[in-house]
Amino acid sequence: MEVALAEVSKSFGAVRALREVSLTLTPGRAHALLGENGAGKSTLIKVLAGVHRPDGGQLLVDGEPTRFASPADAKAAGVAVIYQEPTLFGDLSVAENVAMGRHPTRRGGMVDTAAMREQAELLFERLGVDIDPKRPARGLSIADQQLVEIAKALSSDARVIIMDEPTAALSGTEVARLFGVVGALREHGAAVLFVSHRIDEVFELCQDATVLRDGGFVWSGPLSEQTPDGVVRLMVGRDLDALFPKQDVEAGDTALEVRRLTREGVFTDVSFDVRAGEILALAGLVGAGRSEIARAVFGVDKPDGGEVLVRGKRIRPGSPGAAMAAGIGFVPEDRRQQGLVLAASIERNAALASLNRLSRLGFLRSSAERSLARDWAVKLQLKFSRLTDPVGVLSGGNQQKVVLAKWLSRQPKILIVDEPTRGIDVGTKAEVHRLLSELAAQGVAILMISSELPEVLGMADRVLVVREGRLVGEFSRAEADEERIVLAATGVAAG
Amino acid sequence: MKSLLRWESALAVLLVLVVVVGSAATGGIFLTGRGAFNVGSDLAVMALIALPLTLVIVAAEIDLSVASVLGLSSALMGALWNEGWPLEAILPVVIIVGALCGAVNGFLVTKLGLPSLAVTIGSLALYRGLAFVVLGDQAVADFPDSYTQFGTTPVPGTWIPYPILLFAVLAVVFGLLLHATTFGRAVFAIGANEEAARFSGIRVKRIKFILFVLTGAVAALAGIVYTLRFASARADNGTGLELEVVTAVLLGGVSIFGGRGTIGGVILAALVLGGLTDALIVDDIATEVVKLVTGLLLLASVFAPAVTQRMSRGTP
Repeated sequence: MEVALAEVSKSFGAVRALREVSLTLTPGRAHALLGENGAGKSTLIKVLAGVHRPDGGQLLVDGEPTRFASPADAKAAGVAVIYQEPTLFGDLSVAENVAMGRHPTRRGGMVDTAAMREQAELLFERLGVDIDPKRPARGLSIADQQLVEIAKALSSDARVIIMDEPTAALSGTEVARLFGVVGALREHGAAVLFVSHRIDEVFELCQDATVLRDGGFVWSGPLSEQTPDGVVRLMVGRDLDALFPKQDVEAGDTALEVRRLTREGVFTDVSFDVRAGEILALAGLVGAGRSEIARAVFGVDKPDGGEVLVRGKRIRPGSPGAAMAAGIGFVPEDRRQQGLVLAASIERNAALASLNRLSRLGFLRSSAERSLARDWAVKLQLKFSRLTDPVGVLSGGNQQKVVLAKWLSRQPKILIVDEPTRGIDVGTKAEVHRLLSELAAQGVAILMISSELPEVLGMADRVLVVREGRLVGEFSRAEADEERIVLAATGVAAG
Repeated sequence: MKSLLRWESALAVLLVLVVVVGSAATGGIFLTGRGAFNVGSDLAVMALIALPLTLVIVAAEIDLSVASVLGLSSALMGALWNEGWPLEAILPVVIIVGALCGAVNGFLVTKLGLPSLAVTIGSLALYRGLAFVVLGDQAVADFPDSYTQFGTTPVPGTWIPYPILLFAVLAVVFGLLLHATTFGRAVFAIGANEEAARFSGIRVKRIKFILFVLTGAVAALAGIVYTLRFASARADNGTGLELEVVTAVLLGGVSIFGGRGTIGGVILAALVLGGLTDALIVDDIATEVVKLVTGLLLLASVFAPAVTQRMSRGTP
């Protein structure tokens, strides 16, 4: 089945989210959808998935103009979307999740459990993965959950599979396995639409690509005609110089000391220092315990043992308030769930960590709140229409800027950033990197967690590698390279 | 924010409608001083409890034990009066016991992490049971006139009931607390996204605990008002009132999912609900029908935001 968009447009009020975009998804080929955040990728996916109906242009299925009146229509036509964070029923078995909505039954309407398992097993085999259909879905890694979703899509005979940034939360080996699955899907004649911010991945995996910029159509065609640099230029509309502009800074005194920090079953005996002006990166696989270490340092989780010292003074464990009073700021991993109150306005989010500073006798001074948000919106070049708009309407990159404003307005001495550029566009990414570099130059101690090795290598003065909850390697900027870090992180023949 | 304002304007229109139609149907209960006094006295108790409960629901929790705390405080008042305590000593004790009831709810919710719906259904039964343990099924009705006048006579020279005066003062206090203080801002953040609030250094558990304590204390205060208004302390006072209070809060535009709502909306909703109830009762409509109307309003106020949201999103 071939699905194509012909000059499709879609507006929301005055905002033109898509303008005359055309692309063709061909059976047996993987098609990359590229663009900065806010370029219109999500809208395009939702048009294909039947969530939005286009205002102009046509949706063609095997050349025939078609209308998807609802997501159910799109599903029935064979279009399935695998979202970045799958939504499975945790308490049901994997097999039941795969069969959800279309359980095989025996005579009399009883669910045929054996047939259901067999079906799941067959699908996993087709995909070349090994997941036990009998186990509950709860506790599966994000990567496995995505595979269950893919199996579910196949069980309903999906011929077009859309993957919305599937690799953003995956580790290296998981990405490799997913690529294998995409290969298997192609072999079976499915068309795959693949959204990713990682250009190298796209070149490895996809045959075709479409580039969007600010809702407009830029380019669509076979990737063999393009180079990675060329694609990035198409996406941002300009040349990208200095993606990682870390300046050299003379490190100052020790700002943050972590001593033998332990949380049982999560991480063990973690000790390190961060000095003023230094960017220390925690590298490792997803699930190695890096974010958990950061959470314990900030006090959102209470450690079972060990201590955290700021400029020599021990801070009360398990108290974000105490960490903040000591000058620590924390840009968390999941900005939509942990970093922001999406329904609240931009200004309220920017002020949320500074309520006490913005108040007199417990009464909030709204003028102070507004000017804080306005100042930081200018400093960080936030793109917004009104500060009273809910932060949820902003693009991912701009949302991240609000989280940064929220913490930078407190003028932290120590800043912890967990995946600071995950899921944000290339242009904003460079801005965030420049900002972190400037902060370090001003003497802020930065602890950065990142799953993107180029980011780690480009930004960090020093790299610590975490594996299974323990620190297993330390590299200076000069020593660090991709191979050493991956070896330490995976534990394959260290050296 | 805009949709909230629209909601409040709709409530204001509804209020005018209730007053006009209610007056016509009842021969003007809202127009005579005596009638207005009665309506005000009747709705004051419910409206008082709606104030702290608004904050609880904005924080995405619930307290269904409020009417039982009211009953317990009424029973305790009667029992201590029978013991010969002076009312000057009884009143603070009753309010402290109410705060303790709230603290127990708060402890179970914040320290043990239990869902407030389950906890307060439990304490709804528990506190009502305690009320009967304290006073049995007797009624204590020999409170001195100097006190019961608070509930039975208006402010001199006007037809304003004292309880409404008390409500007005507390409405300003809770309105400022929710809308003008950092505490209120934190309450909204907790209700909209508790995890993000915690990651912003907000002391989520402490704030929730304080909200439950405040609710218990105000429910006990409402119990005192109720007892003085009817000059009768009974263990079954205010049975089922929690339904009306929750209806007022939700009709006021507070989201049952937390994170949204205004004290102004809840004040309007309390007036609408109280006025409507009294108009129906004066019009000799059976109390079953009054219950039915309350129930329908409760459903409508949960239903309406969902519908308007869908319409504004433009999808069916």
